[in-house]
Amino acid sequence: MPGKKKPKLAVWKFSSCDGCQLSLLDCEDELLALADAIEIANFPEASRAVVKGPYDLSLVEGSITTPHDAERIHQVRRASKSLITIGACATAGGIQALRNFKDVKDFINIVYANPKFIETLNKSTSIADHVFVDFELRGCPISKMQLVEVVSAYLNGRKPNVPTYSVCVECKRRGTVCGLVAHGSFCLGPVTQAGCNALCPSYRRACFGCFGPKETPNTTSLARHLGEAGVPKEDLVRLYRSFNAYADAFRKESESLEK
Amino acid sequence: MKNGSIKVDYLARVEGEGALLVRVKNKKVEDVEFRIFEPPRFFEAFLRGRNYSEVPDITARICGICPVAYQMSSAHAIENAFGIQVDGQLRALRRLLYCGEWIESHVLHVFMLHAPDFLGYQDAIQMAKEHGELVKQALQLKKIGNDIVNLIGGREIHPINVRVGGFYRLPTKQELSVLAERLKWALEFSVKMVKFIGTLPFPDFERDYEFVALRHDHEYPFNEGRLVSNKGLNIPVSEYEAHFAEEHVEHSNALQSHKIGGGAYFAGPLARYSLNFDKLTKTAQESARSAKLGKICNNPFKSIIVRSVETVYAVDEALRIIREYEMPGAAAVPITPRAGVGYGCTEAPRGLLYHRYRLDEKGSVLDAKIVPPTSQNQKSIEQDLKSFVEPRLKLDQEELTWQCEQAIRNYDPCISCATHFLRLEIRDEAS
Repeated sequence: MPGKKKPKLAVWKFSSCDGCQLSLLDCEDELLALADAIEIANFPEASRAVVKGPYDLSLVEGSITTPHDAERIHQVRRASKSLITIGACATAGGIQALRNFKDVKDFINIVYANPKFIETLNKSTSIADHVFVDFELRGCPISKMQLVEVVSAYLNGRKPNVPTYSVCVECKRRGTVCGLVAHGSFCLGPVTQAGCNALCPSYRRACFGCFGPKETPNTTSLARHLGEAGVPKEDLVRLYRSFNAYADAFRKESESLEK
Repeated sequence: MKNGSIKVDYLARVEGEGALLVRVKNKKVEDVEFRIFEPPRFFEAFLRGRNYSEVPDITARICGICPVAYQMSSAHAIENAFGIQVDGQLRALRRLLYCGEWIESHVLHVFMLHAPDFLGYQDAIQMAKEHGELVKQALQLKKIGNDIVNLIGGREIHPINVRVGGFYRLPTKQELSVLAERLKWALEFSVKMVKFIGTLPFPDFERDYEFVALRHDHEYPFNEGRLVSNKGLNIPVSEYEAHFAEEHVEHSNALQSHKIGGGAYFAGPLARYSLNFDKLTKTAQESARSAKLGKICNNPFKSIIVRSVETVYAVDEALRIIREYEMPGAAAVPITPRAGVGYGCTEAPRGLLYHRYRLDEKGSVLDAKIVPPTSQNQKSIEQDLKSFVEPRLKLDQEELTWQCEQAIRNYDPCISCATHFLRLEIRDEAS
């Protein structure tokens, strides 16, 4: 595009495993083409070079778990025209949000070798709990194809095509036999958002909710069904409490199961 | 520089958040801090009370770059606690999965994170402008590694097909043979890659390290072996904690390991290679020679060659496993939980990854301990910097800073891994 300035992309990391931003480097076939179309202006995992903001598009990975990060996310927001969160940590607090279910009062003593060296918040929270987020891309990890779709949608000023229906729809489309019905497997597919192309059922295992709750999930009905099939309550609580434990629908269900 | 400091606030081209501070006074290095400020995530705390079957999926989330390593070490540790052995083709498939992760992770590091330092580029994308074909081919090699993980694991990041006892679904012979065709190209290219990497300019720098790695009677180590060192250590994995300890230092959110009664030690490709050269395939050994790499290597900057040699090995080994593959009757060994303690240690791309679990009779986790490679290497990294910087204080600050970063990247530090584990211990007032 001669004469036209390339849009600037920045990638930011908060508390996370790095897997979602790695998805960008895992786009082996698209990476060099992507680098032609956009300026990778700030992406420390890939480059020493830093181009100053503001940035047209920021991808934010990870959750907020320290006082410093709770400040830093505001700077990121101010420097970004559009801000997209990538992955379960950024959109729901991630697996590290399991700490959120412990009552601080029960922590009579938090013992590290030297606890005074550590600064951490009581809760691990999503980016949207702190700043306005333009779009949340789900998944633990995100889907590469969805990432490319969202980046290209934002750079072209259109709405990303990311469905919010359940994993069940993807299973039906692939023609995978329903494990929940046919084998009585303890599957979260009916309440989990699509995006993985119903991967686990195609590998003969039950969905365990990597993409978080679908739009309007009936988590209670699924819990009742699984309960009747013999799943103990404490197992149901754990089923809803993994990588998206602090996503609203899953959190409410696991908390009500515990009552 | 006579007095002053070398400072990098946010290290680039490493996984996770780290910083570097070297303080210089009267032309002497006073202090080196490889600072890890990545926030702690408390995995060992919230693993308590989880069922054994969930552990490989949860620990995978410690690291998006080497999730297979976490799945392997945790599965082995739990199988050890239950007294279960995974043999034959299931064991071979685990090795194949690990080959995929080594290829993907090593090529990522060699070309995208480390080679730009040697050639003076800020990143691989800049490098691609002048070495386009090479970077493109490297990306294809990396992709083949990912495709192995994809097929056997279900996806490249946080695979879903690994379970305690084996797998959920087995690949067919036909699915694997498709990979074999592409692996033949990968073998050719990775041999070329070693030659090319061997021509990079290497700083003259060696130290007398204690290398620690797994060693196995018949194979280059992935999943099994005894822990050995070049200074006489030779122990089963279950004795790890009797020989290695961790301490908590102020400047780091990761615990640092040291050898009890010793000091810093070195884990990772350089250690693995120097202790297991005889177990590499002929092709891998020859390619090491083609890059003028001896059987033992004490120059950490040459770890980039060793990673390339290990890539050749992983491709070669993947081809062998695929050639000999026969689909087993069952995807997993049946599991009967029992109370006990289990130990597991496997060779992650970056080095030893130790897991220990105590489980109750239903297979719930009572407590867990995880020691990733980067926390084992932290002390070595700091000592390298100390001896590296002093004779180079005449260099201009920017050049020296970059060289220090390069010295850290020798270890391919994975900071996300290193900080997964600061322990959050809960004491119950009532008890």
